[in-house]
This record gives sequence, C-alpha cells and structure tokens, in this order.
Amino acid sequence: MRRDVFQAIADPTRRDIINLIAVNPLNLNAIADNFDVSRPAISQHIKILIECGLINIKKKGRERYCEVQAEPLNQVSDWIAQFHKLWSERFDRLDDILKKMESNTNKS
Amino acid sequence: MASNNQTTITAEPGKQELFITREFDASRENVFKAFTTPEIIVQWLGPRELKMRIDKFDPKSGGGYRYVHIDPAGNEYGFHGVIHEVLPLQRVIQTFEFEGLPEAGHVAMETARFEELPGNRTRVTIQSVFQSVADRDGMVQSGMERGVVDSHQRLDELFEKGI
Repeated sequence: MRRDVFQAIADPTRRDIINLIAVNPLNLNAIADNFDVSRPAISQHIKILIECGLINIKKKGRERYCEVQAEPLNQVSDWIAQFHKLWSERFDRLDDILKKMESNTNKS
Repeated sequence: MASNNQTTITAEPGKQELFITREFDASRENVFKAFTTPEIIVQWLGPRELKMRIDKFDPKSGGGYRYVHIDPAGNEYGFHGVIHEVLPLQRVIQTFEFEGLPEAGHVAMETARFEELPGNRTRVTIQSVFQSVADRDGMVQSGMERGVVDSHQRLDELFEKGI
C-alpha cells in the first residue's frame, strides 16, 4: 500500500487527527476520546500516519505522545503549485491567441 | 502576456476528481474553437519547453485523439483518448490516458464546459475524474512532463559547466 503524504490525508478521520494534535501532542487514549470510532480504528489511522511520516511518537515518562511532523505536508502544496503553473502558462498563451482571434472576428 | 484572469485548480484531499477553471476575455465561439481545432491547440497546450505533435484529432462524438510532447533530447510523452461527446459551444467529454505510466489502463474522464459570461467573456471548467485517489495524485505528480524536462535541462547545464 502507498505510504506517502497523499495517502495520509486521503482519509477524513486522519485529517481530523492531524488537526487535533497539530498544536498539542496527545496520547492515543486522548486522541481516541475525540472520535466516535473505536480505539483500534484510531490506532490503525495513527499507524498509517506514522508510516507516512506525518506523526512522531515521543515518550514522556510512561506516556507515549503523538506529535505532528508538518514538513511532508509541503509536498501537497508543491504538487498543486506545479500543476497550477503548467495550466496558467497554457492559458496565458491561449489568451494571446484568443486576442488575435477576437480582433479578426471584429474586423469581419 | 500574463492576464488578470486567474487559473483555479481545485483538488480536494481524498477525492478522485480535480477541477481546472479559467475565464477568458473572448467569445464562447472563439474559446470553443481554440479548444477543438488542432492547429490552434498545438500552439498553446504543450508545456513551454516541449514541442507538441498531434498524431490524430477527430473532435466529434465518437472521435479520438493522440498527441505527443517531445523534449529537447527527443523523448516523446504520448497522451490519447476517445471523444465521447462534442456538444458545439457547450461541452466536450473525453477520456485521457498518459502513455508514460508504468501500467496501462489508468484512464481519466474529462469534461470541459464552456459558459458564456457578460461582456463577451467565457468561463471554461475542466473536470477530470480518475479511477482512484492514487491515480489522481499520481497523474499530477508523474505526468508532469515539465518536471522531467526541467531536470534534463538542469543536467545539461551542469554538463556544459563541466561539472
């Protein structure tokens, strides 16, 4: 199965988990308390988020806290930015062509 | 020339579709013509660094198309599909497949809609629906001919500098 940032954010529960712990790292039980789904299901989502590189486990005494690693999320905006640039350039060229077509239309 | 008309890409996380939206300062007749006439398409659709060659383009319901982008090293990146419907001035529905993927059969369905706006303006909305979320994300990443070419060019520059 894919293990990258796109897989990580493909699921709404995983997006909610990231939002929840973005500011305050929480342990698994505290995260699960915020959701209606079962604890094993949350555990599975966190496992995927760890494998995708979006969550780190930090040990504090006997507790294990999940904290967000935000850097991989930059890949998402880079991905859109590149695609956006490609289409913007295409359409800018098309603008020039349409301008000529419009002036020809007006003449005839 | 850059225009004031902004290109909008909408690709929500976890969805199998994406939208490309753009307005043009031109009549719908001319915009539709620019999207469905091979001699015009070849002037704008290819990424800047690449040459574009259209092998086949039959813009009618039941028609089809194939075109290639060619990089400076001569590598060809092929794309093809069948045209499901051409509804003059309003809508074009077609399939789209990038031939450079490791596995064939990853096809998207594209619908281009052309809307008349006041003041002789036209809005184009292209909706691409993929077979899976992974296909959508993968297409945008791996289908980026630009990235491939840019890296080739950077390598060429390095070689020229004798590094």
